[in-house]
Amino acid sequence: MIRHDLLKTLIPVISDQLVVCNIGAPSQELHALDDQPTNFYMLGTMGLASSIGFGLALAQNKPVISIDGDGSVLTNLATLSTIGNNPQDNYILLIVDNGSYGSTGDQPTYAGGKTSLAAVASACGCENVVEVSDEETPEALKAALASKKMTVIVSKCDSGNVQVPVIKTNPITIRDRFMDAVQS
Amino acid sequence: MAKDIDRRIIGDFVDNGVDFVTSVPCKQLAGVIEVLDQTPAIKHVPSNKEDEGMGLCAGAYLGGGRPAIFMQNTALGVVVNTLATLIQFYQIPLPMLISYRGEVGEPVACQVEMALHTKAILNQLHIPTYHFHRPEDVEELPGILNHAQMCSKPVAILTDATFWRTAT
Repeated sequence: MIRHDLLKTLIPVISDQLVVCNIGAPSQELHALDDQPTNFYMLGTMGLASSIGFGLALAQNKPVISIDGDGSVLTNLATLSTIGNNPQDNYILLIVDNGSYGSTGDQPTYAGGKTSLAAVASACGCENVVEVSDEETPEALKAALASKKMTVIVSKCDSGNVQVPVIKTNPITIRDRFMDAVQS
Repeated sequence: MAKDIDRRIIGDFVDNGVDFVTSVPCKQLAGVIEVLDQTPAIKHVPSNKEDEGMGLCAGAYLGGGRPAIFMQNTALGVVVNTLATLIQFYQIPLPMLISYRGEVGEPVACQVEMALHTKAILNQLHIPTYHFHRPEDVEELPGILNHAQMCSKPVAILTDATFWRTAT
């Protein structure tokens, strides 16, 4: 299952949740599948979806799901230690681990090689870390939401993208409607 | 050991409504960070690198919080993309209390190298920039913090060695 198909299976679980979505193909695919005010699309700044979502979880009580990628997490690996040392039970980090830099031409990442992001997250102090297959991911995400415990999910899936349009929504519109959804 | 200037600065952040601060430490900021950790009105979550910290701040803002970041000027070499594509693109107000290393009084020659680029980078990014050199310059801080919120921009408060050495 490639990322787009994985996201499609997740829509019933995440559609009404606060989601901070990674730059590039992940945000574009989520936007094409199910554009919601509760989605914060990153239009720039590779690597910060985990940190933005975590800051949001620190600032308010609603559940927050960061959808990040293996390549992006590798660029901001140290944030796993910030997350591990300041656990917020309203925070779920879902790492879509397809072993490649999907938005730039599917070049391989080290997470597709010897590096285990689940092991890194555990070593950084994250207490509830699960590595699951693509098919298992919706249930794992439901379980994480129900547990009300901070959870890191590493979802192993296949490399590949589908052709979807770039997001043309004004960033202030994305920001304002998301902030309204947070407060509602 | 924290000084009155450190308590005054943190007091100004509290009075402005700042409720979330992330920091990457600098020797010159040790006093304000010490006071920060004694200030219940502000949640302090240290970050490992300043671009990560700005991500935390952006999230806190989206959650209805009022964030700020404490960092060293050398970090401007790290955060240019984050300032442009996150903080400025989404118009997030962000006071940056910056230790301005490499100015007169600096003992480490290498720090001068990034001091030379500090104001140039901030100017290039069109970031409102204020330079605290004399202790009385701190009187501007409440106005600067208001200004950041008013215009929804990152603002830089550069605090140099002379400021920290002469302030009591």
